[in-house]
Amino acid sequence: MKLFLIVEVIVLVLGLLVAVVRTSKVPALFPIRMLAAVYCDFFRGIPVILLVYLVGFGVPALNLSGLPTDPLVLAGIALSLAYSSYVAEVYRAGIASIHPSQTDAGLATGLTRIQTLRFVVIPQAVRRVRPPLLNDFISLQKDVALVSVLGIAEAFQTAQIITLSTFNYTPLIAAALLYLAVTFPMARILDHITAREQINS
Amino acid sequence: MTKSFGERQVLGGIDLTLREHEAIALIGASGSGKSTLLRCIDLLVEIDDGDIFLDGEVITDPSVNPVEVRRRLGFVFQAFNLFPHMTVIDNVTLGAVRAHGEGRKQSRERGREVLERFGLGGRENDRPDQLSGGQQQRVALCRALAGKPRALLLDEVTSALDPELVGDVLDAVRDLKEEGMTMIIATHEMSFAREVADEVAFLHEGRIIEQGSPEKILAEPERPETQKFLRRLLAAGRV
Repeated sequence: MKLFLIVEVIVLVLGLLVAVVRTSKVPALFPIRMLAAVYCDFFRGIPVILLVYLVGFGVPALNLSGLPTDPLVLAGIALSLAYSSYVAEVYRAGIASIHPSQTDAGLATGLTRIQTLRFVVIPQAVRRVRPPLLNDFISLQKDVALVSVLGIAEAFQTAQIITLSTFNYTPLIAAALLYLAVTFPMARILDHITAREQINS
Repeated sequence: MTKSFGERQVLGGIDLTLREHEAIALIGASGSGKSTLLRCIDLLVEIDDGDIFLDGEVITDPSVNPVEVRRRLGFVFQAFNLFPHMTVIDNVTLGAVRAHGEGRKQSRERGREVLERFGLGGRENDRPDQLSGGQQQRVALCRALAGKPRALLLDEVTSALDPELVGDVLDAVRDLKEEGMTMIIATHEMSFAREVADEVAFLHEGRIIEQGSPEKILAEPERPETQKFLRRLLAAGRV
């Protein structure tokens, strides 16, 4: 439960941050915008369980000092990364659903662009996407239960056995890449369709 | 100044001077560029060419912060564009508190006074959707006034209202004019333009093709386009 609450807060903040970056139109932010888009596509595309395995086994296997090795912390990191990408897309949909005339009104009132986001657009967007946000949190809660009760402890031992026998994570990475090969184009096509619809309307 | 969206030029060769305490009425058919012109002046859209001055300063210069300029102007939108998630008083004071750095208490007091003045006393804690269109538009007017603007830009402020609600909003604008507020008013209400404006400018396909006193433009227009436009309004019973 504690893990769930911590991850949830991280997800809410990180998701919003990514969504704001992705919806910004400032030319100077283009590289960060690209990064945010890649982040979303990447972590949205990999099954959570695979991500938990990759982070849970992969990070300790790097044998770098300073990195966390507690399986629960690693599971928390993996879940935060995955769910932030889902939630970012939910926020993004919410922000896009607020009519541009609200931004005009905020600017005309003398607010800066950031203030307009903060006081006008985001409060309305969050209200609108509460149901899908709740959906994601129910999923998150279930996934947290899964990894904390069954997953990590056992899987960790299994992984140690595998690591000791093979030192090889290639199958996990290959699986992740296969998933991405399918989900990446899907995300791009969807973005393309959305952009076309916006132009038409 | 000029403005194009893609290939289409929406404003061309606009040359307009607004003196303090004066009101200019912009008239013209839908799509003639009235709204775009007002949005250009408030720097909500960038112009392609030319300059816009406010108190002698070139506000379209890249070194000028558009936020500072907008803080000196008030804008009222055709569709009100109130913030639906905020109460009436928060709508009115948001700019004062966040943009002008005024104290919360002081701005609320002033906000209440302005609301009172425009017949909205007691509605401070309502949400915009609990108000009629006419009341919402008056809240929007109060919001624009809360920043103590040098000039008001009014974009067809009565076009989205039921006919019986138009009067209240026009009364409010009339009051402001009497107080000496400087205004540019895009409008379809010709009788109102005649009454309130010191000058009328007729926009046709993004150009001001005729400009002068209301008496002259609305009664004896020279250009055939203006004559045609006014004839149409007359036929629709809008003059």
